[in-house]
Amino acid sequence: MSAAVQAPPTAALQTAAARGASLRYALHAEWTKLRTVSGPAWLLLGVVALTVAVSVAAVGATYCPQDLGCPVDTTKLSLTGVQVGQAVVAILAVLAISNEYGSGMIRTTLTAMPRRQAVLAAKAILLATLVLAVGAVAVFGCVLAGHLILPGHGFTATRGFHPVWLSYGPALRAACGSVLYLGLIALMCLGVAVIVRDSAVSIGVALALLYLFPIVLASVSNTHWQHRLERWTPTIAGLTIQDTAGLRGLAISPWGGLGVLGIWAAAALVLGALALRLRDA
Amino acid sequence: MTTPAISVPRPEARIGDGPLNGFGGVLGAEWTKFRSVRGWVIGMILAALLTIFLGVFTAASGQSSCGFPGGPQETGKACLPYVPHGPGGEVVADSFSFVHQPLTGNGSITARITKLAVEQRTSPTSLAPVLVPWAKAGIIIKQSTRQGSAYAAVMVTGSNGVRLQYDYTGDIAGLPGSVSAAHPRWIRLTRSGGTITGYDSADGTHWTEVGTVHLAGLSSTVQAGMFATSPNYTVTQNSFGGGTSNSESTQATGVFDHVSLTGSSPGTWTGTTIGNQGPAGLRARGGPGPAPYTRAGGTFTVTGSGDIAPVAAGAGQGLPTVTIGQSLVGAFVGLIAIVTVAAMFFSTEYRRGLIRTTLAATPRRGAVLAAKAVVIGAVAFVAGLVAAVVSIVLGVPREENSGQVLLTVPVLTEVRVILGTAAMLALAAVLAAALGAIMRRSAAAITIAVLLVVMPFLLSALHVFPTAVGDWLLRLTPAAGLAMEQSIPRYFQVTTITSPAAGGYYPLSPYAGFAVLCLWTAAALALALAMLRRRDA
Repeated sequence: MSAAVQAPPTAALQTAAARGASLRYALHAEWTKLRTVSGPAWLLLGVVALTVAVSVAAVGATYCPQDLGCPVDTTKLSLTGVQVGQAVVAILAVLAISNEYGSGMIRTTLTAMPRRQAVLAAKAILLATLVLAVGAVAVFGCVLAGHLILPGHGFTATRGFHPVWLSYGPALRAACGSVLYLGLIALMCLGVAVIVRDSAVSIGVALALLYLFPIVLASVSNTHWQHRLERWTPTIAGLTIQDTAGLRGLAISPWGGLGVLGIWAAAALVLGALALRLRDA
Repeated sequence: MTTPAISVPRPEARIGDGPLNGFGGVLGAEWTKFRSVRGWVIGMILAALLTIFLGVFTAASGQSSCGFPGGPQETGKACLPYVPHGPGGEVVADSFSFVHQPLTGNGSITARITKLAVEQRTSPTSLAPVLVPWAKAGIIIKQSTRQGSAYAAVMVTGSNGVRLQYDYTGDIAGLPGSVSAAHPRWIRLTRSGGTITGYDSADGTHWTEVGTVHLAGLSSTVQAGMFATSPNYTVTQNSFGGGTSNSESTQATGVFDHVSLTGSSPGTWTGTTIGNQGPAGLRARGGPGPAPYTRAGGTFTVTGSGDIAPVAAGAGQGLPTVTIGQSLVGAFVGLIAIVTVAAMFFSTEYRRGLIRTTLAATPRRGAVLAAKAVVIGAVAFVAGLVAAVVSIVLGVPREENSGQVLLTVPVLTEVRVILGTAAMLALAAVLAAALGAIMRRSAAAITIAVLLVVMPFLLSALHVFPTAVGDWLLRLTPAAGLAMEQSIPRYFQVTTITSPAAGGYYPLSPYAGFAVLCLWTAAALALALAMLRRRDA
């Protein structure tokens, strides 16, 4: 019906430049949307508060009595909060897109930015950056809690416990990995929300993805199924990045586990991008 | 300027005058709203299906296999060891070292116990002392040496003082404190017909009655003597996806002297290992095992391993056990779906402005809240009932076929578990609907409902926190209501761990947990009513 407003003289060059520009505009627009409502800021604050609070509670409640052996992975214990903080990350990620569907804003967004992939890419980049930044703060708080509290509870170097601190290689890997873990969880949940669209259902699906498999693992006694669940489900495999002891007994290596979560996140985002492209908003 | 109300209700006018009168009309309206939103109906059906699927999947996936290396392998039911049942019909553990004589007619047995030592095997050749609270050594009068037969016993324990225990489930406390050569314990059992009385004493002259018990159907000749046994020592290690429990067998050694048996012709003492666990479980590994007792003059040293107690749910009991509650483990997923639908049932009205129409049609806001609570509660109850019945009917036979010991319960307990699970889901739905009225936004209401109802269960079941913290979460939050799924009573005399995901125990008893959920729901409804009345819609 209508001819292109501008006939591109050199199509390839123009498209590439337009793509760059549209992503830049999209990022700017998403950033404006994000910072001008109070919800995301509160949720980000909630990630830090909940993660650190749960870690402090877990670390504070664990003691190693003098005369007993304590089979405790102190680094993993200190990073306990991530298991709860990820729920807030999931909600943040889901609301980043489903709020637009709920209010009809998505139609305005896609009218202004017809390149749907750019909109999703901008949301993903912005979300990942924010979650990584906030996750770093939260994880550092957890490490600090373990570092300060655990030696007083009997987990001392003289009894063979490694210090929970970033100078200890495996602890550094676990801490950095936990930050990346939170980022990947955010991306996976964003993908889910793009596919599902409704905020309530998306939150339900996202939380089920995070917590359903671990419960199944806890109640299944068949070792084959346990092994499968430990290797291939997003949270169980992903959280092996926090293990610093008994690595030989793990079903999957720490970085391999994080890789599995990466596959889940990538799959969710690709499916989400497809859904966004194929469906009317 | 002020516009008069369009219709001022006359004093005698009733709410909803018309074809449907009063509260029934409001109820009908809310039911129509629910059933005409396809997503909500699908959500409730999904809740039931998820519950059933997860329950049946976990029930069917616990296949165990056994057999000697190189020999024929067997799976499922064939792997089960002989499982004794007590006089009350419950599954019991009955393994101990027994030094006994027959006792015919009335009589009594008395002994002084000077030592109870408990050890754990740390390597094939060495033993290390360990504290096992319910390690026990004492005297016992037992129907026969058959596992699961009736008995009454007085004993000293690892850290629970003197106890009189009978027929596996009975337990009465006697003198406190632990036993040593400096503080020995004298214990006595007297039989008169079917009545057995237990006594304890610190010095052998001043006796105190611990209790009197009646054992039904006790034959005239019974076995009387000394015993020692010690249950497994369980260490639980926390990790995401369930703590791993390592259970090690332990052995108890009791030293007895001043042993006297009155009432029958004097016989000779015989040592028997009841059950397949000899001292330190050696017998279970195929060897003949050491003798269960040694005698030096009037001093008997009895060493045994196992337990005389009901088998509790959860890990560390030495048997692969399951409960009917285990096939309901999927209820928490159903709970997520139900809570989501219930929160939206109220909050969606605010999104679309429908609440103004609703409140214009029914100005009594309390009636609207009540009608919504009744409708969503009833729907969730029905969904939960169907899910619980199907889960148990499909799941329990699969649990049994997979080679696990089903801890059977009376029919009334089964009914309580099923109705309780449905009622728990109904109350959680009402709580979520009330949260929807308070928050007025779906996402916020769902998030809070999930955080309150589902999250504490997850955190505790996944052993995210140390057990003490996890237990408090399951006591104080609405998730306490999930305790309705436990079917096996928690016995004081059996060491158990909280293991909600494995069909085991919650920190609160079923009804106490349910009461906590009721309080939360009542509080949320009260707050919702207050806010609904105060705020403009």
